[in-house]
Amino acid sequence: MTRQKRSHHKLKRAVAPYLYLSPSLLIIGLLMLLPMVTVIAYSFQNSAVLRRDPSFAGLKHYQAIFDDPVFWASLWHTLYFTCMSVIFHMTIGMVFALMLNSDRINPTLRNILRVLYILPWLFTAVIIAVIWRLLLEPNGVVNSILMQIGIIGSKVEWFSSPETALHAVTFANIWAGYPLFMVSLLAGLQGIPKDFYEAADIDGAKAYQKLIFITIPQLMPIIISISLLDFIWTMQVFPLIWITTGGGPIYSTEVLSTYTYKLAFSSYNLSQASASAVVILLISLGLTLFYIRYQKAR
Amino acid sequence: MRKRHTPKDRLITAALHVALAAGLFFAAFPIYWMLNSSFKSNTEIFALPPSILPKAFTLEAYAAILGDPVKLRFFFNSYFVAGAVTVLTVLIALLAAYGFSRFNFRGKGSLNTLIISTQTIPPITLLIPFFGLVVSYGIFDTYVALILTYLVFTLPYAILLMTGYLNTLPRDLDEAVAVDGGTSWTALWRVIVPISLPGIVATSVYTFLLCWNEFLFALTLTKSTSMRTVPIGIQLLMGQHAFEWNQMMAMSVLGSLPLLLIYLVAQRYFLAGMTAGSVK
Repeated sequence: MTRQKRSHHKLKRAVAPYLYLSPSLLIIGLLMLLPMVTVIAYSFQNSAVLRRDPSFAGLKHYQAIFDDPVFWASLWHTLYFTCMSVIFHMTIGMVFALMLNSDRINPTLRNILRVLYILPWLFTAVIIAVIWRLLLEPNGVVNSILMQIGIIGSKVEWFSSPETALHAVTFANIWAGYPLFMVSLLAGLQGIPKDFYEAADIDGAKAYQKLIFITIPQLMPIIISISLLDFIWTMQVFPLIWITTGGGPIYSTEVLSTYTYKLAFSSYNLSQASASAVVILLISLGLTLFYIRYQKAR
Repeated sequence: MRKRHTPKDRLITAALHVALAAGLFFAAFPIYWMLNSSFKSNTEIFALPPSILPKAFTLEAYAAILGDPVKLRFFFNSYFVAGAVTVLTVLIALLAAYGFSRFNFRGKGSLNTLIISTQTIPPITLLIPFFGLVVSYGIFDTYVALILTYLVFTLPYAILLMTGYLNTLPRDLDEAVAVDGGTSWTALWRVIVPISLPGIVATSVYTFLLCWNEFLFALTLTKSTSMRTVPIGIQLLMGQHAFEWNQMMAMSVLGSLPLLLIYLVAQRYFLAGMTAGSVK
C-alpha cells in the first residue's frame, strides 16, 4: 500500500464510526434531547404550545404547582405506590426464585411452574388493568370469595372508594411486576458457586444461615440494580392507574403521571403541565445518575 | 449428601409444595379468570356464585370482536406500527452497534452513557413537546407520528442489546474482510449480519413488545377510531359498553396472543430482551 492510500484508509476508519452512529444520534438528538429542552422552555412560558408568541412566565408555573395540594398528594401517592411495589416485587420475586431453585422439587414441575409464574409479565398494562377491574368489581369474584370465607361482611368497592383505591392499584401493580425480579434472581442464584454451600455444610450451617450469609450477599448487586430500575419505571406508571381509577376517586390515586396528563390534556394548561413534567424529569434524572454511578462502581 | 427421609425433612418438602401451589394461584388465577370470562355470556360473568368453568361455553364474545371491522382495524394498526418500528429499530440499532463494537473513537464513552441514561427518561416528560411537534408538523393522528415516537423509546436499549451481542463475536471475522481489501461496510453485511441472527431476534422481540404495549402516546397522538391501536381499543370498549365484560376479556386474550406466542416460541430471546439491560 502506498502512503497516500494508507492515510486515506486511516481517514475512512476515523470517520466510519460516526457515519454508522449518525442515524441513531440524529433520532436521539432531534426526538429526545431537543424535546427535553423544549419542555423546559414551555415550563417558563405563558400558554405554551397554544399560542405562537408565548410570553415569558418566569417561575410562575412552578409556583402554581408547588402551591397545589393535589400535586403534593400525587407525589405522596407516587411514593407509596412505588415503594410498596418495589418492596413486594423484590420479596415475591425472591421467594419464588428460592422456591423454584430448591432441589426438593422435581425438574419437570420446576420448568412448568417457572413458565406459569412468569405469566403476569406477558400481559400489557391495559389488559392487566382490565383484568383487575373485572376481578375487583363489587359483584366480582374476589368479593364473592372473600365474603364466603368471611373476611369481609359486605361488598367492597375496591377501585371506587377512597380508602381502598390506592391499595388496590398498588396490589394490581405488585402482581404485574414481580417476574422481572424472579427471572433475574433465578439467573443470579444459578451463578452462585456450589462450593460456597458445600463449605457451609461442612461447617454445619443451617438453611437460614446459608440464606443470610451466602445467598443474599451474592445476589445483592442484582437486587440493588433491579430495585433502582424498578423504582424509576414504577414511578412513571400511567396506563394501569388511568384505566383502573383514572386517578380518582377524589384524587385518592392521583400520581405524578396522571396529574401531569390531566393538566395537559384535560385542562389544556400545557405550561403548568410542562413544569410538572420537568419536576418528574428531575426526579428521574437524579435516580438515573445514582443508577449509572452504581453500575460503573461495580 | 443430605438426609432425605426424616419426618422433619418430609414436612419441609410438603410445606414447600403447598407454598408453590399458593404461588401458582396468585400468579395464574387472574389470567385464568380472564380466559374463563371470555368464554361466558355476559350475564353469566356476574352470576353468583361465580362459575369456575363456563356453564354455557360460548364463543359469542370472540365472534363479536372478530366480526367487527372497527376492532379488526385496531389489530391491524398495532401489528403495522409495531412491525414498522421493529424493522427500523433493528436496522438503525445494528449500524450504531457496529460502530460501538468495532471502532474506537472520541466521545465513545460519553455517548454510551448518554444512551444508557435516555432509557429512563419519563415518557410523560416527552409527551407534551411531542404533542406540540406532531401538531405543528401536521402529522397528528397518523402512523408516522406513532412510528417516530416509538422509535425514540426502542432505539436506546436496542443499541445496547445489539452492541452487547456484537461484542461477543470474534473480531478476526471482519478483520479477514479488511485484509482482503473489503470495507467495513462489506464486512458488516457479508460477515456480521448473517451470524447476528440471535441478537437481531432478541432486539426485534424487545422492540415489538414495547410497541405492542404502548398506551400513553397512542392515546394522545391519535384521535380517529381508524388510527387507534389495541390497548386504546380495549379502553374504548370499556367506555362504550361498560358492561360488555366478555368482549373486553376476549379482546384482551386476542391482544395478548402475540406476546404469548413469542414467549412460547422464542423464550430464550424473550428473556434476553426483557432482562439483559437490568442484569448487565
